[in-house]
Amino acid sequence: MTSPGSSPADAPSIPHERPEILGQLERRFGDELGAGFRVQATVDGVPTVWVPAGDAERVLHHLKLEVERPYPMLFDLTAIDERLRGHRRDQPASDFTVVYQLLSFDRNEDLRVKVALAGDAPSLPSVTSLWSCADWYEREAFDMFGVRFEGHPHLQRILMPPTWKGHPLRKDHPARATEMEPFRQSEARQEAEQEALRFRPEDWGMKRGDDDHDFLFLNLGPQHPGTHGVLRLALQLDGEEIVDVVPDIGYHHRGAEKMAERQSWHTFIPYTDRVDYLGGVTNNLPYLLAVERLAGIEVPPRARMIRVMLVELFRLASHLVWFGTFVQDVGMLSPVFYMFVDRERIFDIVEAVCGARMHPGWFRIGGVAQDLPRGWDDLVGDFLDYLPRRLDDYERMILPNRIFRDRTVGIGAYTREEAIDWGVTGPGLRACGFGWDFRKERPYSGYDELDFDVPIAEGGDCYARAEVRLEEMRQSLRIVRQCVDGMPSGETKADHPLATPPRKPRTMEDIETLIHHFLSVSWGPVIPPGESAATIEATKGANGYYLVSDGETRPYRARIRTPSFPHMQMVPWISRGHLVPDLLAVLGSIDFVLADIDR
Amino acid sequence: MTETARALWSLGGIVLAVLSLAAGLIWVERRLLAVWQERYGPNRVGPLGLGQVLADTVKLLFKEDWIPPFADRPVFVLAPTIVMITVLTSFAVVPVAPGIGVVDLNVGVLFVLAMSSLGAYSVVLAGWSSNSKYSLLGGLRAASQMISYEVFMGLALMGVVVLAGSFDLRRIVEAQRDGWFCGPQLLGLVAFLVAGLAETHRLPFDLPEAESELVAGFHSEYSGMKFGMFFVGEYLGVILISALTTTLFFGGWLGPWLPPVVWLLLKTFVLIAFFVLCRATLPRPRFDQLTGYAWKWLLPLTLVNLAVTGAIRLALEGP
Repeated sequence: MTSPGSSPADAPSIPHERPEILGQLERRFGDELGAGFRVQATVDGVPTVWVPAGDAERVLHHLKLEVERPYPMLFDLTAIDERLRGHRRDQPASDFTVVYQLLSFDRNEDLRVKVALAGDAPSLPSVTSLWSCADWYEREAFDMFGVRFEGHPHLQRILMPPTWKGHPLRKDHPARATEMEPFRQSEARQEAEQEALRFRPEDWGMKRGDDDHDFLFLNLGPQHPGTHGVLRLALQLDGEEIVDVVPDIGYHHRGAEKMAERQSWHTFIPYTDRVDYLGGVTNNLPYLLAVERLAGIEVPPRARMIRVMLVELFRLASHLVWFGTFVQDVGMLSPVFYMFVDRERIFDIVEAVCGARMHPGWFRIGGVAQDLPRGWDDLVGDFLDYLPRRLDDYERMILPNRIFRDRTVGIGAYTREEAIDWGVTGPGLRACGFGWDFRKERPYSGYDELDFDVPIAEGGDCYARAEVRLEEMRQSLRIVRQCVDGMPSGETKADHPLATPPRKPRTMEDIETLIHHFLSVSWGPVIPPGESAATIEATKGANGYYLVSDGETRPYRARIRTPSFPHMQMVPWISRGHLVPDLLAVLGSIDFVLADIDR
Repeated sequence: MTETARALWSLGGIVLAVLSLAAGLIWVERRLLAVWQERYGPNRVGPLGLGQVLADTVKLLFKEDWIPPFADRPVFVLAPTIVMITVLTSFAVVPVAPGIGVVDLNVGVLFVLAMSSLGAYSVVLAGWSSNSKYSLLGGLRAASQMISYEVFMGLALMGVVVLAGSFDLRRIVEAQRDGWFCGPQLLGLVAFLVAGLAETHRLPFDLPEAESELVAGFHSEYSGMKFGMFFVGEYLGVILISALTTTLFFGGWLGPWLPPVVWLLLKTFVLIAFFVLCRATLPRPRFDQLTGYAWKWLLPLTLVNLAVTGAIRLALEGP
């Protein structure tokens, strides 16, 4: 057993000596901001600084543009309702805290900038002029916490319905239907709700017509065969040419972050599966890496490799669905069936290991639920022999096709700088020729012991994204092969008091163990207070969990940073000037899942 | 049997045969697609799933005949009938076998082309009268598609006409006794097949429908049997184009051993299967790309084909 506080081997290799940036910031802003500038220690070792609300924009500007080896990406922006939090050692007083998480590729380091806000109507300046992707993140923080970002161009609700009362992630907002008035939808209320959803071009600064002709405003979705889920895009069309797009999201919002605050650390695991519902257990991993770091649990090697193997199998399954539906969106009907057949074989393996198919919820705090079943290696081995030939077929069938190329080359293209500005991660970023992969850059769960390449492509268009994902599938097969060949023996769950479910054998022998077992199963483990974040290379890009523990049986705050959210935000930017069919190609190529956007 | 009686028998027989073939195509297409897509297709209703045809027909017939309140009523009702009428009328000039056929027009090829042009109104009017944005976009695409393929569709056939020396489809078949025109008119054949795909709005040229983009395009607002008429009209179009291609390029009913009707049906079926195969294989170009292909590649190619065919014919046989 590892003692809490030691550096678990499972954690990403972030250096634990004092990061250089803290000194740099202190020299630059320390005197000027005085007591307003503060450094906070965190369990995950991510350098964290507090700055006053009025100076946040200046500090962020410095970090993005002036500091040497800068932080070009706004990885996440969220808020915390601090009003009920007990453990806040070396943090300034705050009712609401806005958290900016920045990413520096040069340093391979994150930086958290926190801003303390007081009162019931907190506000601070917007950073939308610094980062394009701040737009939706600020709207989300406003929607969920009621934090106003002054200077934001469209500070409106984004996930909740426009008629919603209150801000759901505030601690005083009810979390359960039973704590609220019974829901009734009268005829009049239905009318009002529908009217509230009507798209008014003027609200978005759009003109209804040009000098000599009118624009066509088209609602694409929320129910539409090309949007892969309940996504609504309001299109401003000139003929079939797209003048502008306004995505309307939130139809798939299920309040996953709020649910985390009402679930035990253990029982929240299955909820994560449903966030990127094509990624299955991939979603468990960043959550558990963050929990395990808070708890100081070291996961045994066999469990780590089982996790990696399942995650890579799910990456394959997700990429297959993506590939099939993408080419279907450009009119090629057959490949999706071939790929669903392949995916079914992956689910056969997943089912044999976990008992469930799409959402196994198989990982546990400290390991996985059970050991692999007898004969698993033959099952996986057969699949590893089967899929490569099929992938070669798909490559020959789809990529050289003249019509397919005409539909995808040069469509929805963005540069590396634009991608970073919009918060794009994963294959979308690698399709711009930038080989950033969290599995390589910050190896977690034993990826550093595995041999694989990070495929990249040039052009940043729909075609390049297809190339990258196809090659990624081959690399995933390589990783799975190494897992089959090199699966270590040993435990599949850490021998740690906070690992769940707790170990059973000695419970019937002494009463103390029985009591602990009973509490740990019924209430769940008490995770030590602190803050920790973990990011992994999920199927669609960087998936990160930022957890705040207040020393209870449940998270105080669980922030889920999903890749689809910023990717969807970028769609209008890359679709303007193209035609309606191109928009569908773009949507297909960026690979999003609505639950991953809305959570 | 008098001439009139025979014509009436032919008419009734051909209409019945063509309509049941079109209905049967529902099953054929779904089963063929399934074979090519690693699935089963309809195999539950009746032997081999053949009952599916009946089940689908009954379902369509018994659905509520609903007209959206915002639609332009008369045109909305009229639009689906146009496609049925034009395609069925076109079958009148298709020679089935020696002695079987509704009418032998000396301008048969032109008649078919004229009917095909009229048929395009069906889709455009449906898109317009539905008064829905998706339908409108579908109708607009149908119009843009029409000006793309119509130009070279007729030209693609002129090589055949030059070789046969007639617009009469029966004489064109007779002219292929010494060799089918698919060889010397290969370019014409390819261009005509492309035009045929576009004419019938089948993938890869199902742009006015384009499920992943326009939901159901021009027939988004249609349901019940009015939708059924578009549905059957599409299959009728497939049969018509296949039968015409057989007649014009593959010797029509000509062939050894088997009765002429069987030959025509066999050849037509192979072409229908080719249509289904196209749907199973190809992605969909954008409508501006289709127009581009049509005007930049196929139109010049068919013109060259016509000029060369004419020149060779002149050189061989004199003016």
